[in-house]
Amino acid sequence: MEIGKLARDGLWDNNVVTGQLLAMCPTMAVTATATNGLGMGLATTAVLVASNILVASLRNFIPAEVRIPIFVVLIASLVTVVDMTINAWLHELYKVLGLFIALIVVNCAILGRAEAFASKAPVLDSAFDGLFMGLGFTLALTVIGGIREVLGSGTLFANAHLLLGPAFTFLEVELPSAGSGALLMILPPGGFLVLAGILVAKRLFDERMAARKAAASPATTPNLA
Amino acid sequence: MSIAKSVSLDALRPTLGFQSATLAISVAVATAILALIYGQTKDPIAQAQAQDTINSLAQVLPEGSYDNDVGADTLKAERNGKPVVVHLARKAGGVTAVVLELTERGYSGEIGMVVGINREGFITGVRVTRHTETPGLGDKIERAKGDWVLAFEGKGLDTPSANSWAVKKDGGIFDQFAGATITPRAVVKGVKGGLELFAHQKDTWLASPPPAGH
Repeated sequence: MEIGKLARDGLWDNNVVTGQLLAMCPTMAVTATATNGLGMGLATTAVLVASNILVASLRNFIPAEVRIPIFVVLIASLVTVVDMTINAWLHELYKVLGLFIALIVVNCAILGRAEAFASKAPVLDSAFDGLFMGLGFTLALTVIGGIREVLGSGTLFANAHLLLGPAFTFLEVELPSAGSGALLMILPPGGFLVLAGILVAKRLFDERMAARKAAASPATTPNLA
Repeated sequence: MSIAKSVSLDALRPTLGFQSATLAISVAVATAILALIYGQTKDPIAQAQAQDTINSLAQVLPEGSYDNDVGADTLKAERNGKPVVVHLARKAGGVTAVVLELTERGYSGEIGMVVGINREGFITGVRVTRHTETPGLGDKIERAKGDWVLAFEGKGLDTPSANSWAVKKDGGIFDQFAGATITPRAVVKGVKGGLELFAHQKDTWLASPPPAGH
């Protein structure tokens, strides 16, 4: 297992949002603030790890022809069980995360990882894949949420203490200059605009890196060139 | 019989019947697990939600204004065809205030709120208990995310004036949020509706005897 490669894949190269362009629904829905993006990302990460472990451990029993409906049943049941369990025994946490957990059911990235990775890989690999894909998703959502929040509301990580506890109040920043901000950024169009900007930036960056590598490689690693 | 014996599991795999059976068993197992967890979590969830309601009731009533179990001392009412739960706050048996649990349609779905009203018909407090308004935009109606709901305290149906019950954009006295008018408008409408309901029903409500067993 190459944890390094899994990490690179999940966080950057094959990032759920900026690489695979999956999970657009929750991405657009919750990224009006950085705090919400972070909450959604963390809740999704937990479910993604659990669903990847579940799918990977059952992968030899699931007939290929009906695997997709079985994955859907597994994931929907898992999310519902998590939702009910947290609501019953961790009710304070549920008040903060409840909104996000219900939305995880519609997250196609979870089915995507079940199909593309966990159904063909050992349990431990799949767990790490789920972890890094989830963290990459968290990163993308927090960045998109942060940009939209700064431009739209003039704050950053507003109400973070409700999600992370009072110790994290220091994260909450109010930008003095921005009045009410560019309202458009909090509304749905803002989500599309910021996502598009991030996609362009990532592509340009990756292209430049690739070009630099190509230029440097003949000299440093001639056997690979 | 000999044919059936020679058919191994691997030969069965590609058949439609095997796939259907696998899918059916998976769904049956998933359903059983869900039913089990539902049974286990149903009561704790109901308890936690009842506790949430009691906590929000306490927030909209003046401290020390009641000595009964406000969560359990209830009447039923109706507003726009939707049920309204009326909690009675009593001190020494007499009703000192009522708290209405009502809903109003917001920007995206129902907004649930509790509205505390004293005997004189003035608001003692308002809290939004559940909603699905846009995060970061309409959710400032939550007490945890803003002071907005405090603006209702002390207001009555004619206080400060009869036409003050609207957001500023509509000529009233309550702030709207930048980009979100529908959400605060819905809350104002709900609270006003609660006051109107109180005005109609207060004679019955305020005279209602304590529930049996108290």
